Amino acid sequence: MSRDSIFSKLRSTTSALKKRAPYPDYDISVVHSAPRLEGGDLWDIFARNFKAVSGRTMTSVEELAAFLTADVSKHGYCDPALFESIGSKLVAAGLTVETEFDRSRYDDYQFGITRGTGAIAESGTLIIDDFRTSHRLAALSPWIHVACIQHSEVVRTIPDAIASFGDCPNIIWVTGPSKTADVEGILIEGVHGPGEQIALLI
Amino acid sequence: MSNVQPIDLYARQISDEKQASVIDGSSAGTEKRYAVLGKDYKDPDALRKLAGSIKDHTLHHLDHYLEKAEAALVKNGAHVHFADTDDDARNTILEILRSHGVTRLTKSKSMAAEEIHLNPFLIKNGIECLESDLGEFIIQLDNDEPSHIVKPIIHLNRRDIAKTFLREGVSETYNDDPRTITTQARVHLRKKYFEAEAGITGANFVSAESGRLVLVTNEGNARFGMAPTPVHIALVGIEKIVPTDRDFGVFLNLLGRSATGQQLTVYTQFINGPKSANQPDGPEHMHVVFMNNGRTDVLESNCREILRCIRCGACQNVCPVYRQASGHAYRSNYAGPVGAVLSPLLFGDRFPELADLPKASSLCGACNEVCPVDIPIPDLLLRLRDKAKREKVHSPGAIPMTPFGTLATSPSLWRTAMTMSKAMNHLPIEVAPVKPLQDWLGQRTLPDWHGGDFRKWLKGRKEKS
Repeated sequence: MSRDSIFSKLRSTTSALKKRAPYPDYDISVVHSAPRLEGGDLWDIFARNFKAVSGRTMTSVEELAAFLTADVSKHGYCDPALFESIGSKLVAAGLTVETEFDRSRYDDYQFGITRGTGAIAESGTLIIDDFRTSHRLAALSPWIHVACIQHSEVVRTIPDAIASFGDCPNIIWVTGPSKTADVEGILIEGVHGPGEQIALLI
Repeated sequence: MSNVQPIDLYARQISDEKQASVIDGSSAGTEKRYAVLGKDYKDPDALRKLAGSIKDHTLHHLDHYLEKAEAALVKNGAHVHFADTDDDARNTILEILRSHGVTRLTKSKSMAAEEIHLNPFLIKNGIECLESDLGEFIIQLDNDEPSHIVKPIIHLNRRDIAKTFLREGVSETYNDDPRTITTQARVHLRKKYFEAEAGITGANFVSAESGRLVLVTNEGNARFGMAPTPVHIALVGIEKIVPTDRDFGVFLNLLGRSATGQQLTVYTQFINGPKSANQPDGPEHMHVVFMNNGRTDVLESNCREILRCIRCGACQNVCPVYRQASGHAYRSNYAGPVGAVLSPLLFGDRFPELADLPKASSLCGACNEVCPVDIPIPDLLLRLRDKAKREKVHSPGAIPMTPFGTLATSPSLWRTAMTMSKAMNHLPIEVAPVKPLQDWLGQRTLPDWHGGDFRKWLKGRKEKS
């Protein structure tokens, strides 16, 4: 049995150590980056850091509708819970919106509007958890992903975000568009996931 | 028997084009790392040392923490497996795949999977197994090996890749524009994600407290591998554990900055169970395979600090030997300084064959300075040189040291030699008929002899009052 064999080797090795290192007593604030946290309002700090990683922030549905129209991204998915407040306004602006993501037509969706669970100001990061996000694929497959976030959901630091994990089995942090520098170190955005990450304040 | 060490031989044969790619890529990585750490922290060194001490503590109590992680994962509905050897790991994964009837899968980048050559094994067993990281995808098409932990195709340029895509039908016409190359891969792999029945990943960290696996990618490929797929399998080295979720804060802040100069990698996932009930898509089954494959031997050795490694690649980027020789010269998936320590230890039966790696270093110490977990790599290299000596491993190109030993242990002989050796500058020693000397000189240029100058200086030196 592999399990028994691994644990018996581990026990005999660790118990034979002359000195075993203690767990260091540390204040988690040592990992905070002061320059990145400069500023007062958490949304403003988030917006600055999110822009630095090529993310876009928007504060109104009108702004989003104008961006999607100009980008000729006419068709997308919207979380049913957000249809009334966002989806319907996009429809009124001439876009078409589905509230079911049909995976057999994954290429049809140019944008996906989902509920973000929060954001991290320090790093410009969107937080998406499995409990409140309507659809994993809708946040990943379309070229444009729009995460809708409330002001009160923005946390200050990375450790703050970790402290608020709760019991969700799947949490994902998204810090900008999907990217690669595999080819000669040249930065290209939109590899497998979205080429545009938008944080919409609701 | 060759009088040249394998790594030297490789460094000598590498093409100028490939070497230029490696030097450009690695030096850019080092610069970005320095810039971001210096900008974000007053004392990045303190953070590195803290991370090292958390890892040390965990490794010294690994039996306790591994058991805790297992219990937390099981409680959350994940299946936990253990694999003592590479064979065990491969077979365990194959069994899991067969039990779910999986024939097609995508795999995100995993050093542990590279270590046990998982891909060729699964393909041989009839499972379509596609690498989804752009670099690893190209490696797979080329039947090549990754040459860097974070930048697997650091040794290739855009023309190499464009030729591969054309040859393998990923593109219809030759186009070496990096944006076009990336789009072609996006379209090709998109289809595969939706056809896949499982996603295989590694893990960057595992919290003993919650069982949470942390997985980072920039491309989003690991997330895509577990969005439309019903089964997730994570292959994890047992040394990946950290005590608590809080500790993630330390390691995540160091990993991205050390690897690519980013504060955080774009996609950072925290997973400790199958998808939640309200998610329409995503894995209903989560399997975690904890793999030993020699790690307990490393823990037992006097080089156990290498198990702190979080696979950021910073030591590869900064290493003058890596830059000259390229990753393939290290003959394992772990290249550069970390590989020079890890490979000879991890692949125990290959120790004699890999014993040249610890010697291919000037011990400049740059690898230790950039290491996010403060591994004393130069010390470990010395311990491995000692091990090779004690185990009488053949050392190609080494000259007999006995005459030097006699000389260096007798002050009067030494003094005479110092003065007399100046004559060497006027002797044609490059044609002296001494075989070992000729072999040695074949690879080196001897500088002019300046022996005795220090003694002369010391003698004539006036005491400071």
